[in-house]
Amino acid sequence: MVVTQAATRPAALEMRGVTKRFPGVVANDHIDLDVRRGEIHALLGENGAGKTTLMNILYGLVTPDEGEILLGGKPVTIASPSDAISQGISMVHQHFMLVPVLTVAENILLGEEPMANPVFMDRKGAHTRIRELGRFFGSEIDPDLRVGSLSVGWQQRVEILKALYRNADILVLDEPTAVLTPQETKEIFTVLRRLTAEGTSIIFISHKLYEVLEIADRITVIRRGKVVGSRIPSETDEDDLAELMVGREVQLTADRGESHPGEPMLTVSGIQVKDDRGHEVVHGVDFEVRAGEVFGIAGVAGNGQDELVEALAGLRKPSGGTVQLSGRAITGATPRRMHNLGEGFVPADRHRFGLVLAFPLTDNSVLTSYYRPPFSRGLVRDDDAIRRHAEKVIADFDVRTPSPTVPASTLSGGNQQKVVVAREFDRDLKLLVLDQPTRGLDVGSIEFIHRQVIAKRDAGAAVLLISAELDEVLELSDRIGVMFRGRIVAVMDGRSATREEVGLLMATGGREGPPPIIAEGAA
Amino acid sequence: MTLRRIRDASIIPALAIVLALVLGAVIVIFSSPLILGLDFTLPLVAYKALVEGSFGSFDGVISTIVNAAPLILAGLAVGIAFKAGLFNIGAQGQFLTGGLAAAAIGAWLAHAPGIVAIPVALLAAIAVGAAYGAIPGFLKSFTGAHEVVTTIMLNYIALYIVAYVVTGPLRAVGATFARTPDVGNASLPILVGGNGHLGVVFAFIAIPVAWWLLYRSTIGFEIRTVGAGPDAARYAGMRPRLLIVITMAFCGGLAGLAGAGEILGLTGYMPAGYSTNVGFDGITVALLGQAHPVGILFAGLLLGAMRAGSGLMQIEAGVPAQMVDVLQGAILFFLTAEILVRYIFRIRARSAKVSELQTVAETYGGQAAP
Repeated sequence: MVVTQAATRPAALEMRGVTKRFPGVVANDHIDLDVRRGEIHALLGENGAGKTTLMNILYGLVTPDEGEILLGGKPVTIASPSDAISQGISMVHQHFMLVPVLTVAENILLGEEPMANPVFMDRKGAHTRIRELGRFFGSEIDPDLRVGSLSVGWQQRVEILKALYRNADILVLDEPTAVLTPQETKEIFTVLRRLTAEGTSIIFISHKLYEVLEIADRITVIRRGKVVGSRIPSETDEDDLAELMVGREVQLTADRGESHPGEPMLTVSGIQVKDDRGHEVVHGVDFEVRAGEVFGIAGVAGNGQDELVEALAGLRKPSGGTVQLSGRAITGATPRRMHNLGEGFVPADRHRFGLVLAFPLTDNSVLTSYYRPPFSRGLVRDDDAIRRHAEKVIADFDVRTPSPTVPASTLSGGNQQKVVVAREFDRDLKLLVLDQPTRGLDVGSIEFIHRQVIAKRDAGAAVLLISAELDEVLELSDRIGVMFRGRIVAVMDGRSATREEVGLLMATGGREGPPPIIAEGAA
Repeated sequence: MTLRRIRDASIIPALAIVLALVLGAVIVIFSSPLILGLDFTLPLVAYKALVEGSFGSFDGVISTIVNAAPLILAGLAVGIAFKAGLFNIGAQGQFLTGGLAAAAIGAWLAHAPGIVAIPVALLAAIAVGAAYGAIPGFLKSFTGAHEVVTTIMLNYIALYIVAYVVTGPLRAVGATFARTPDVGNASLPILVGGNGHLGVVFAFIAIPVAWWLLYRSTIGFEIRTVGAGPDAARYAGMRPRLLIVITMAFCGGLAGLAGAGEILGLTGYMPAGYSTNVGFDGITVALLGQAHPVGILFAGLLLGAMRAGSGLMQIEAGVPAQMVDVLQGAILFFLTAEILVRYIFRIRARSAKVSELQTVAETYGGQAAP
């Protein structure tokens, strides 16, 4: 058994009693963590639990107040990321740190260029080494490909390659599967196992419980800065882990009940949309969403969903096709008209679109309705009415905030999203468009928002859900459409569809063959 | 809460003023006549004279307010644009064109009753300033041309329009130098002291009006939203392009009013080489006032006081009146240097060190603003 083997191996890394206090909060409270050689050690915890701080300490970005770090049994000081790298610790961030216009080799060599002589780089030697390292991936990688042209899954491999090139013994992966399809996730897991077989230790940060159970040798759960438990995958399950993480029992799958679809609310016919560069990225999509149902659109990011949503929200003019909201043509209407016709919209990027971070919650709670009574009459704002509304929103949606007048930027991601959701849900809706409604949120907030979505559906709203989280689409949708290369390639029943089935359609669009290395439209 | 907000907002301007005074003192000491040796008390004498000249007498106070009025209006013209995310360097051009319009209409209506001449001249100045401000707004909204570039260019255009009009079509007959004819009945009545003219009142009315508009009206909310989150504004159904034009026009109108006050209230005509820098000083006022109407009021009064007291400083301490320009420059320098320092610090924090605040934000599950 892999588990028993890993358990007897020597420790590659030990963190003992690591404590870090920030004003008003103990981010890490005497955390002990040991990672053995060749082990995949999962670090599990909600947003804000202290995982990131712990890893920033390990990577030299944050100085701990107390505690020590031992590598191979010897105490070390890690004062900066370059210290960390020189001691064999590498980090792959959730948001890739790659330069799209440079080649694979150039990205890998960046900052660590091997010199053939004082003037020229040793390109040949580097290329040989990169190709050689490609063995972990099962297929050779062409060092001369531009990173910007690679699919997301392969970009991630370049990040890992970068770490390997720097001789990483300990590899920290921060939410590595967040952007991958199930197929790509499987492939990356194979890569990780090959790495551990050769002695690399991996710290795997995730909030996807089933993945952690599948890949990890051991799991350490952190809550509010403390280690609350350690588990071996064979001796635990998702419910147990979720409870450890959140500190109470969590309902992992929303009890969505029966849906009772009524009249078609949103009818989209042959819609075509162009992206910012003027390329058509949505090629004539047809679908309808009925009152009282959730229609989910699954797809790998960048297959035209963003543009489709923007067209349906009035932020982008479609170049062809029609959109109807309960029989009324709304093709190319303004955001305000759509809002007034009963469309609620939760945008994917709450920092850029959904909120004005510098503004207090009061202003944010009326961002889409500030111009109407009771919030204003003519030119005059009614601050009391706005404040009362904000207080109601905060109470109804359990937004954790010291006061309605603090800037939105001071709230956690989950609470920020609750403000957006509350604002858009708090009226009678005909249509609700949700774009990545729970991205980056913790289990508790996701659970809450999902329940609200089902409640809105049961109240008779048509819900259009776009999400890169396949699990979310599977969990909430009554029907699922799969978007691939700007088309909806399949529509399935939400209850019978399986993760594998949808995942394969997301990756290939229903055609045979392995997922492409080169991203769509880039080559 | 509110007190803390005021303290947080005024700490940097206060430090900038203190640092500027220290730097000014050093310069005063080293520029004092070397024959007498270094006079370390000279800065105190100079600053004392500066305060006496600006606040020490009735006339001094009036002079301070008269000097402050156009600075306040120009400060609002820059500051309100800041709120919309625009850097209106063009207040000078809007000030000049507004002043020219006031001079032209004033000269035209010089013999009409004041009750007619004054409002028409003022409105003309506001309208021309607004139109001149709207140009960079349009260019930004519909062509994407950056307002910093276009307003700088428009400042030069305004300068030469003034030079052309004053030396050509509107040159006063019989004047010893190139200038427009007297505005006659259009000149603003003196309400108090030697030169406390009506125009001053407008500046002090403009402060609460601007505050109300920004913080209590829906259009102000829209303007601030466009500045703080342009994409969120679009999402919320606002019209950023239109708002940019409106904001720039509004700011231009304020700068134009400042120009009218100077022409109709003080000089009575527009000279060809009209060289006040009110529009540019407005940038300092807006930055020192942290783009808030109340801050702009105090900043304008401070700079106005320095101008009012500079004469007495020259007489009593022998320090050239231009010293106040040095002080003003130093204030601006320290204000922007602070921004620069913060900016540089953030860049470093991104690439190598995670700043404490950013980390706390992430620890709470939030993300530091990009």
